Amino acid sequence: MDIETIVKELNLKVRAAGTNLRKNISGGYTGDLLSDVMANSQEGDIWITRQVHQNIVAVASLKDHAGIIIVNSCEPAKDTIEKAAQENIPVMVSDLSAFELTGKIYNLLGKKDR
Amino acid sequence: MHPVDITEKNNYQRSFYVEGGNFTYAGIVSTSIKSILKKMDLPVDLVRKSAIVSYESEINIVSYAKKGVIKLTIDSRTIQIEAIDEGPGIPDIELAMQAGYSTANQRIREMGFGAGMGLSNIKRYADVFDLTSEVGKGTYLKMIINRI
Repeated sequence: MDIETIVKELNLKVRAAGTNLRKNISGGYTGDLLSDVMANSQEGDIWITRQVHQNIVAVASLKDHAGIIIVNSCEPAKDTIEKAAQENIPVMVSDLSAFELTGKIYNLLGKKDR
Repeated sequence: MHPVDITEKNNYQRSFYVEGGNFTYAGIVSTSIKSILKKMDLPVDLVRKSAIVSYESEINIVSYAKKGVIKLTIDSRTIQIEAIDEGPGIPDIELAMQAGYSTANQRIREMGFGAGMGLSNIKRYADVFDLTSEVGKGTYLKMIINRI
């Protein structure tokens, strides 16, 4: 499943797209502690977080994440958006809580062959 | 960044400066290291491990030290990453190594750093991990990822 599909299904607001909305999502990881995400997330994951500052882009880029979704309608900082555009990391915003969004994406990914 | 030649993958050395307290550029050194290793076409799992340990050591310098240097040395057997800083040092290394222990301030924690996982992540992903520190002077961290 690609990011574009998830954006449509879950009404995500795209804040930085790069050229990567066709990127395939192979799994997901939810977390706000950057070291936890560094250690335990996988390449191709969609990362669900409440953090909005620009350091999330470095983590997503180092881990080759498919993209970042910020929860609870929180907006990414301006320099987060700029950096995400440079690094080609899609950043989206969801109105849902981390719990609800994680559940929905888990189900969406489960329906299709990952 | 100067171009990297794939033939350098058995003999390469480079140092990167890290400014303490500046979170704007936090991660830029580890991103460069990852990109160098990728260009050298090193195996994915070695690149992944190197990215994690260099990121954690870079964040430690930014979070706690005045300044520091991260040195990347690649030879035919190992990828060695050294993080050398001028800073407060670590009074009790055994305590600092405990997962969950952190001296990070509120600002650092709010950004999602300072969870007390950095050094244990490094230990988990580096094949060799050597930490020495002098209080009031600084900290020296050597991490080696074996290529064979």
